[in-house]
Amino acid sequence: MSALTADIAAGFDVDRIREDFPVLKQTIHGKPLVYLDSAATAQKPFAVIEAIRKFHEVDCANIHRGVHELSQRSTAAYEETRAKMKRFLNARSKTELIFVRGTTEAINLVASSWGRRNVREGDEIVISAMEHHSNIVPWQLLCESAGAKLRVIPMNDRGELILEEYARMLNPRTRMVAVAHVSNSLGTINPVKEIIAMAHRVGALALVDGAQAAPHLRVDVQALDADFYALSGHKMVGPTGIGILYGKSKLLNAMPPYQGGGDMIKSVTFEKTTYNDLPYKFEAGTPNIAGGIGLGAAVDYITHIGLDRIAAYEHELLVYATGALGQVPGLRMIGTAREKAAVLSFVIEGIHPHDIGTVLDRLGIAVRTGHHCAQPVMDRFGVPATTRASLAFYNTAREIDALAAGLRKVKEIFS
Amino acid sequence: MVHDLYQETILDHSKHPRNCHELAEANRKAEGYNPLCGDKLKLYLKVNGGVVEDASFVGSGCAISTASASLMTESLKGLKQEEALKLLDRFHDLLTTDSPVTQELGKLVVFCGVRDYPARVKCATLAWHTLKSALENQQEPVTTE
Repeated sequence: MSALTADIAAGFDVDRIREDFPVLKQTIHGKPLVYLDSAATAQKPFAVIEAIRKFHEVDCANIHRGVHELSQRSTAAYEETRAKMKRFLNARSKTELIFVRGTTEAINLVASSWGRRNVREGDEIVISAMEHHSNIVPWQLLCESAGAKLRVIPMNDRGELILEEYARMLNPRTRMVAVAHVSNSLGTINPVKEIIAMAHRVGALALVDGAQAAPHLRVDVQALDADFYALSGHKMVGPTGIGILYGKSKLLNAMPPYQGGGDMIKSVTFEKTTYNDLPYKFEAGTPNIAGGIGLGAAVDYITHIGLDRIAAYEHELLVYATGALGQVPGLRMIGTAREKAAVLSFVIEGIHPHDIGTVLDRLGIAVRTGHHCAQPVMDRFGVPATTRASLAFYNTAREIDALAAGLRKVKEIFS
Repeated sequence: MVHDLYQETILDHSKHPRNCHELAEANRKAEGYNPLCGDKLKLYLKVNGGVVEDASFVGSGCAISTASASLMTESLKGLKQEEALKLLDRFHDLLTTDSPVTQELGKLVVFCGVRDYPARVKCATLAWHTLKSALENQQEPVTTE
């Protein structure tokens, strides 16, 4: 504790950062809120809330249409986010960034548009045993309709993917490898660069589900050589309902549109429609303009703090929390990968996660309980559900202490 | 702190569930599933001449759902089918409305605290949904969703 506090004092003023998050300054059932559910959604700083408010209060207009002042302002602000996301992910061009509702829609877009054109009977799609349902079901739907086969990279008892098994799975029929960068239920950071390189060697493409990675570690889509990279704004202190699909231009250009409508066309007659250029070909209809602008503010905020500092601080918190929870009798950590993000998923013998969650809630502590949209992960570890504390850079060692004390209280009540 | 929800009787029945076993003579069975938390429950009833003569359950769940199944099987024994279904309605009202607590609920009144925890109502009603399915002889597992 003392070492951690010293480190914080030296490099990371978390108390000052917490001032930026109004939601954190409240009590729940008479106790200070301890928010440990950032993997579900991250809290929003003033900068994001303000950007959205300013749009609605001052600049509100539809984008890409009007010649009037408000429309030009809103278009500029929305498109500025695309430019920011290009820098954030180190894409080659901002036309490689498609606005979507979130990671789920991004993956569905690829499975639907790229998949229907490129996946045939007998082909294979590879996912992993730790995927969120949103990176399982779209591929299942594709495989069912195309007659393709879904293969699953297994994991070991730590919750790490077994790359030797993955290597054996790859073959010339493999069309796509879709894996999480960071597991939402286990916290495992997967070696996606290596996974992508292995996929490319057999001529397959690779999609990375970056929902849990983008707010916690530096992502460089060129260094990874990812073909597609999907993320959600609300996991990275931005608003809900906005996310990004990154795709390599040559792939996106060859793909048919996902949805038809306004903004995705160049010209429409009843005989023939010419589609718009990238990225607009994939952006039918009026988008979530306020969300896009809010996402821009979120990226600015995170970039200002610095992802390297965020990652280092969160790692310290993870180490501290792993130690603190390890002291709780009967607690078993689910997910003990050597490379791990600040997610602590655990079970306590004889006590159901929902009872743990309810008692913690009465102590002001917000955790997630259940299967975390990753039922195959629960099956793999032989548990129906877990309790998950997921941390962000606005969490503190004090809050970890509150969690550990809360779990002791839980033990008192139920045993 | 949470003792309005986890009353002593509930904790007792969750730690030491009554009638928690299979029932060889059962002539009505049903399965219940709460996809939200993964709770699963199998209910066994022995119904004779329209009367529930015996009831038991097996399954895994949280303290609320286990205690609810345990107390339900205790309450059912000796009830006519229509009385059992009426009790289900009373129990449901107890959890989801501000209706006054009625005498006929007996021990089940310990669940009155659940109404202040909307996220936990389904835990308490899983056994009862399963009861309805067993009495109506439905073959498909019932879910709370």
